[in-house]
Amino acid sequence: MNTITLNIDGRAVEAMSGDTVLEASLALGVEIPTLCHMKGKLPTGSCRMCVVEVDGRHGLIPSCSQPAEDGMVVRTRSARVLEARRTIVELLLAAHPDDCLYCARSGDCTLQDLAIQHEVRGRKLPAPAEVHPLDISSPSIIRDPAKCVLCGKCVRVCEETMGIGAIDFTGRGSSTCIAPAFLDSLNASSCVHCGQCVQVCPTGALTEQDHLEQVWEALVDPELTVAVQHAPSVSVSIAELFGLPAGQDETGRLNAALRLAGFDIVCDTAFAADLTVMEEAAELVTRIRENGPLPMFTSCSPGWVKLVEQEYPELIEHISSCRSPQQMMGSVLKRLHAPEQGIDSAKLFSVAIMPCTAKKFEAERPEMCADGLPDVDAVLTTRELARLLNRLGIRLDAVKAEEPDHLLNLHSGAGKIFGTSGGVMTAALRTAAWMLTGKEHEAPALEAVEGHEGLSRATVEISGKEIGVAVASGTQAARRLIQEMKAGLHPDLQFIEVMTCPGGCISGGGQPRAQDPEVLRSRMLALRGLDKAAGLRQSHNNPDLQELYRRHLDHPGSKTSHHLLHTSYRDRGAERKQSA
Amino acid sequence: MKTTQVHCADPATFAHLREAASARSHAGKGLKVRVGTGTCGLSAGARACLDGLRERMPEADVRETGCIGLCSSEPMLDVQPPGKARLFFGRVQPDQLDRITAIARGTEQPSAAEVLFQQPGEVSEAWPGIPLMSEHPFFKHQQRQVLLGCGTLDPGSLDEALEAGGWAALADLLASGRQQDLCERVEQAGLRGRGGGGFPTGRKWRFARDTESTETCLICNADEGDPGAFMDRALIEGDPHRLLEGMAIAAFAIGARETWIYIRAEYPLAIKRLEDAIVQAKAAGLIGDKVLGSSFSFDVHIKQGAGAFVCGEETALIQSIEGRRGMPRPRPPYPASRGLFGHPTIINNVETLANLPTLLGMGEQAFSAQGTEGSKGTKIFALSGKVERTGLVEVVMGKPVSLIVNEIGGGVPDGRKLKAIQIGGPSGGCIPADHLDLPVDYESLKNFGAMIGSGGLVVMDEETCMVDVARFFMEFIQRESCGKCIPCREGTKQLKAILDSICTGRRNEQGAEALDRIQGVMQIERLARVIQDTSLCGLGQSAPNPVLSTLKWFREEYEAHIFARRCPARVCTDLLVYTIAEDACNGCTACARICPTGAISGERKSVHAIDQERCTGCGECLRICRKHAVEVN
Repeated sequence: MNTITLNIDGRAVEAMSGDTVLEASLALGVEIPTLCHMKGKLPTGSCRMCVVEVDGRHGLIPSCSQPAEDGMVVRTRSARVLEARRTIVELLLAAHPDDCLYCARSGDCTLQDLAIQHEVRGRKLPAPAEVHPLDISSPSIIRDPAKCVLCGKCVRVCEETMGIGAIDFTGRGSSTCIAPAFLDSLNASSCVHCGQCVQVCPTGALTEQDHLEQVWEALVDPELTVAVQHAPSVSVSIAELFGLPAGQDETGRLNAALRLAGFDIVCDTAFAADLTVMEEAAELVTRIRENGPLPMFTSCSPGWVKLVEQEYPELIEHISSCRSPQQMMGSVLKRLHAPEQGIDSAKLFSVAIMPCTAKKFEAERPEMCADGLPDVDAVLTTRELARLLNRLGIRLDAVKAEEPDHLLNLHSGAGKIFGTSGGVMTAALRTAAWMLTGKEHEAPALEAVEGHEGLSRATVEISGKEIGVAVASGTQAARRLIQEMKAGLHPDLQFIEVMTCPGGCISGGGQPRAQDPEVLRSRMLALRGLDKAAGLRQSHNNPDLQELYRRHLDHPGSKTSHHLLHTSYRDRGAERKQSA
Repeated sequence: MKTTQVHCADPATFAHLREAASARSHAGKGLKVRVGTGTCGLSAGARACLDGLRERMPEADVRETGCIGLCSSEPMLDVQPPGKARLFFGRVQPDQLDRITAIARGTEQPSAAEVLFQQPGEVSEAWPGIPLMSEHPFFKHQQRQVLLGCGTLDPGSLDEALEAGGWAALADLLASGRQQDLCERVEQAGLRGRGGGGFPTGRKWRFARDTESTETCLICNADEGDPGAFMDRALIEGDPHRLLEGMAIAAFAIGARETWIYIRAEYPLAIKRLEDAIVQAKAAGLIGDKVLGSSFSFDVHIKQGAGAFVCGEETALIQSIEGRRGMPRPRPPYPASRGLFGHPTIINNVETLANLPTLLGMGEQAFSAQGTEGSKGTKIFALSGKVERTGLVEVVMGKPVSLIVNEIGGGVPDGRKLKAIQIGGPSGGCIPADHLDLPVDYESLKNFGAMIGSGGLVVMDEETCMVDVARFFMEFIQRESCGKCIPCREGTKQLKAILDSICTGRRNEQGAEALDRIQGVMQIERLARVIQDTSLCGLGQSAPNPVLSTLKWFREEYEAHIFARRCPARVCTDLLVYTIAEDACNGCTACARICPTGAISGERKSVHAIDQERCTGCGECLRICRKHAVEVN
């Protein structure tokens, strides 16, 4: 890498060769606006917001794709550049609904920011916006193509990052839109509900299915007892939405804030994660003892489960039958805790706060119901939670930390690291080793980091027995692993953790919008720190959990456990064929 | 730069091939008949001619040939008794076939009135009293060197191609082994891309040749999509071997083994002819491993495009071949360094490649002697619109527009006046009638605000509304925009909407609408500037050209639409005002009866009148009035 010098707005700027003009300008303190730029991905150059003037070049040049060259003379703030940028914003606004104040993204919208930045005042252009139907078919994601600026970021994460490709550009000219194949609705597509598209969408074109109103109605309904659980990765990211630094654990203040908001029962999903570990480790031990079917895949990431159901039905029997922590918590609350407390299960409204949009889909699965009552009634993303607290004027940064409710109180460090890639594996191995040997084991920390392209494998020795394990961080990595396995590689694999989103729940589709890898990393470190600092680090040593088994479940894998904590899957490919 | 050792071809290999081809064609029947069965000929009825003549003359060698260029005379065919000149018939009707058969057999003599012209060869005897093709006004001013085989050769016969000199330039090249300086030779000849951009071909090649890659690709861009352009189609349908030879030469120059022809699926005949030609050329050892025994190997793949205009843009075309949606991507990286499947890729237009056998055949000096300072060789134009003779025209670069329109094309028919010509398709511009002395070459047209583009040339007369023309192209661009970049996708939509508002809506316009219309008009120039300045690809960057160019030369016509709400060419129906002349109306009631909105009233045998509030401007009254009493303004 050489250092080069170019001239930007009359100043000499040093840059590394290979830097784009956009990057070089940042060094000068000039932030060039852009809609379609994605850090770390090849530029598509589609929005043209980032155009600059370059001496000797005809037309305006997109700074996101133009490599900085030695001696290059660039103008980022000429009248010509500014006229072009403002015109582009005007063109977008002309094709956009005028309902900003009613939009879910109002105040958090790149297009709105650009309109403010370029001071567009009024419509001067005659052509009206195209009419596109709203797609509310998905249990997780609302698609409003009328608000889409066609930056293509969603298409890119869906295809390049997730390897799903549920949506793409279709049509031509001004009727171009982004949609599932054949203009189907999202629920009929291969979408796994991960919500990464919602994460990157700069406008209100992609938002989560909003459960906030349902939750609010439950909170103000005097007939209902409202229980809430919050996932480990929510506690390390919610702070960001209250102006606090990233990577801060707010479990205690979250408990307090939720009680202030009117929730009657407040618990930490990490408790249910411990429960999942017990059941899953027991299942693994049984599969190993009874020879199969192996390898066993984790089941706590609903996007991954849907991917298997629609694309790899032959692997369905390899997925752990355990419900996810969210569903176990919901089930325990409604079927065990409520009766014990003298609460009518039908009058218990169970809310889960999750970093994830796919959890909304999971909660709605018919398999997750008993006696016509779903385990979980509503799922809020981290972003929706912040909106709820904001609506009630509750300042997370100002409340005092509190403990969650009794019984479903204690959790181990193992339960907390569920929220980050490799965590489920680590937690489950600690307990599986104990189950196999009766002794405590420090399982190797398996981290599927980007440098390994999301995939890591290891062999763990437990009392002379070798267990091949792998962690796939993201569906793309999981796909690669499955292909390798089908090609006959890795015959020794027995236990595989798969997280739908690269990095795990900390970078889930329901989290605060953050593309900065440093923010994601700080969330991960916060969870790992909680595990390291915990006195209680093994799920099986959680006394509350032991109490639960004593009182209700007997032992992991018992008949009651199976009824309340396990589930089954379906071959969606076959279902689709039948309906077609 | 790659250094490759070239093992030369033995010249005898090709000589044998050619002799064998020659022997086979001369062993054929004496009487030759050729029917032009290009797409243009077939749509005019050539199939019936072909079948009819085969049935009538079993003794004759009735062959298909491509389009000779004179589209307005299709279906065309020619007969050639042994030793006689080729005798051409145009606009042939089935009932003429008996007569043509008799002439071909020599039992009847042709008259000048029923034939188009004759084309004597070196040793053939001319028909008395029949004009020569070289004297026909359509052909007299042309320099048909790239189109040479079109309308002459049987496109389905490698033998005919070989006999006419096809593949000889490649054979000579491979025999000489001169690979190293080929790019420079083509650059010296001054050949520039014929697809629109006009980039020097040899220089483009050097970018790819000088990379280290061993997997350089060559793509022939046959995604001809400009409205009114059909040069590439006719070239491929008429002389597919010329294109394949050109591809072989280019592949040899840049060191490409794999080559693709990206051709639109709407050209089924061209695809068929290419496929057949590839099979023949492979069988003859002209395509494949070790061409003509040399160390040069190359293969040709055909990729059919689904008809998106934008796929003619290089990077979108590459995406399309790769199986992706055809959307342009930013450059750099340029395809010459990172193109198809990540390999260095050169994309040349059909006509560019078809020039190569000619260029090497005549030598770079002779080639560069043709044309102007910056534009060498010939250019093929697709002449259409309001002109006497439409068709494919090949002229030396630098000839004035008037030569093409008035001499070759025969001017505007029916005594109407020429208004302008539109050149270069949706990316081009117009040239008004009083600038027809403008030379047709890259620089002159560019300086004038138009461009050669791919070579579509549409003639417009006084009945053409220039605002409507701009609106047509904007509609086209808007429909064909890939939708990726905002200025092209949204900007052209707005321009189209503004033009719509100018051309429509006189009736019942409400107060605010007029203001909106004027406000829109005031945005035209800014929008056009930003679209040009910021669009991602050439399609967008040139999209405002038809508007800017018509606005520049026909501003008063725009103003008439905007302020006077009139369409001087009487094309924009919404702006037309129909009235009935009192002195001409005899009260026959025909107009009142046909008026769909009941806007016309009047007693029988008394003067009628049109209620302007109810009139929709459909023009039915004008068409039905036998007294020419209905006036339009």
